Amino acid sequence: MKIKINPDAPAVEVRSLTKVYGSGNTEVVAMKDVTFSVRRGRVAALLGPSGAGKSTLLGAIGLINPPTSGSIAIGGCQVMKDSSPLVDVRAFRRKYLGFAFQKANLIPFLTAVENVQVAMEINNIPPRKARKRAFELLDYLGVGNRADNLPSMLSGGQQQRVAVARALANNPSLILADEPTAALDSYRGRQVMELFRKVAHEQNAGVIVVTHDHRALDVFDEIFEMEDGALRFSNHPTS
Amino acid sequence: MNLAIRDIHHKQSRFLLTALGIGLLLMIVMGMAGIYQGLSEDALSFLECAKADLWIVQKDTRGPFAENSKIPWSLEDRAYALTGVAYARAFVSHTIQREYRGKQMRIVVQGLAWPRDDGSALPLISGRALGQAHYEMIADKSLDMVLGERIPLGKNVYTVVGITTGMVGQSGDGIAFFTISDSLSIQFDVPAESVRLEREARRSRLERQDTGKTQPSLLAKAYGPVSQIPALGTQYVSAIMINVAQGEDPKRVAAVIAGWSDVSVYSNEGERELLLMGIERNRKQIGMFSVLLSIISSIIMALILYTLTLDKIHDIAMLKLMGAQNSMIIGLILQQALILGALGYGLAYLFGLWIFPHFPRRVVITNANLIHLAFIVLFISFASSLLGIWKAMRIQPNEILS
Repeated sequence: MKIKINPDAPAVEVRSLTKVYGSGNTEVVAMKDVTFSVRRGRVAALLGPSGAGKSTLLGAIGLINPPTSGSIAIGGCQVMKDSSPLVDVRAFRRKYLGFAFQKANLIPFLTAVENVQVAMEINNIPPRKARKRAFELLDYLGVGNRADNLPSMLSGGQQQRVAVARALANNPSLILADEPTAALDSYRGRQVMELFRKVAHEQNAGVIVVTHDHRALDVFDEIFEMEDGALRFSNHPTS
Repeated sequence: MNLAIRDIHHKQSRFLLTALGIGLLLMIVMGMAGIYQGLSEDALSFLECAKADLWIVQKDTRGPFAENSKIPWSLEDRAYALTGVAYARAFVSHTIQREYRGKQMRIVVQGLAWPRDDGSALPLISGRALGQAHYEMIADKSLDMVLGERIPLGKNVYTVVGITTGMVGQSGDGIAFFTISDSLSIQFDVPAESVRLEREARRSRLERQDTGKTQPSLLAKAYGPVSQIPALGTQYVSAIMINVAQGEDPKRVAAVIAGWSDVSVYSNEGERELLLMGIERNRKQIGMFSVLLSIISSIIMALILYTLTLDKIHDIAMLKLMGAQNSMIIGLILQQALILGALGYGLAYLFGLWIFPHFPRRVVITNANLIHLAFIVLFISFASSLLGIWKAMRIQPNEILS
């Protein structure tokens, strides 16, 4: 299927998303009937206690863990209908999605710049061009001076910045971040959240951040809250 | 960007240590092939050097190497007289064990048909060929003898006049070359008392016969050495080597000799096959061991690569999450397997060069063996990477969330 991304369409739009694990007596409903959307250039927080279904929702939107029913459209392109992908999920992730997690998950044997570069080379961008852009992204995120360091030589905050640079490498329509500040102190945590806001606004990408950290909620354009697998509450502070 | 090289660079010492282990294993596989090659070359060393076209041996035997053969020395002249024969040489070979420099040493005593054959065709590395009919010898360097050294064997003392290289018998014992008469003297050396008793018995037998009663001079000779009474004693050799004249068909000459009812004849190729047949069981034994070692190497390499893959589960999951194609991940594991194999192979070769010369018997690594092993290593590398690739293909991108 030919992928067509519409720059005017929401970064992501999910409808009636439900995820059920197991069956019969062991059936667990991890997510039920979730409907929401995030526009490009906006950063959204996904709040909720542990087990609320935040990571399940993020896994479904990230085309990692398909839902049981419902639909997902990214950039106006229908990518998932019930549990069936409508696109080559790996190719789609490569081109249009960026990820960041609680742990930076940098590849330990690659330097900071190579960690960013590899994401572009996977997307068939020539190595020289990829390296140039990787340096630019690291500079943009304030870790250009650590470009040639291995992840083990970087602080947690620096690693997270490199991970964000990697998530941005292929100009994704949507960036998904799962508790990216959980391992950071409040100062650095806020810095990272502000970074996502900056990225969303300047790169015109939709950003969804799963977080427990209520101290930095003012950074977000939209806030969604999940409980028992359902989206209970949504707030649009700046809309 | 080559992920395999980056990963290896990051874990240099661990990778080198692993390659060292693989190298040692492959060195043993290489050594096994080399031991067989050494056995084979040792067995064939004299055959290759003698360059005879035909071998005349005792009737219905597979001599002189595969089994004992005993034919009259006079056959040398009979063969020489044949049309188409350029060269006929008697061949004598037997192994003795003597004390030398306080240690027991085994020597293959080989006779040269002096003066036709003085040993100048041998691979001499120092000294010269035999210069006289008696009391000189050419020794292989594996015997550790030195030029000018005087070696007592039997009742005579022989001077080492030349040193050869690579001249060892089937069992790996060094060959010493003498004239045929000297080698027979060494072979049939008997104690003085035994000689005296034999001479007395000979005289007694002769006295009871008419010949002895009517020919007193013969009776007198019966007291002397056997060599001085040709009418009574025939000297035997192991075989006669024949070289046919240029342009002559060895098969034609062989057909003529095959018609003689007292001997059998083999081509040089026939002798070669008989010799190799003698070490066939060793070849199979070593071959089986090499196959086992190759399998063990494969299993160890597979486990190492599997462990290396397990170490990278998180990284592979991340690559998959970023949309990396399977070919990239397979390439990462396969390249590491090939680099590990190639490094192990190189180390095996270097270790072999260093260690094999100290082995008691020759370990001969030929180019053919090296190429053969290279293909085995290539196969092992491919095969052993399969387990790692299988594991990598099963890794799901959502493992990054765990």
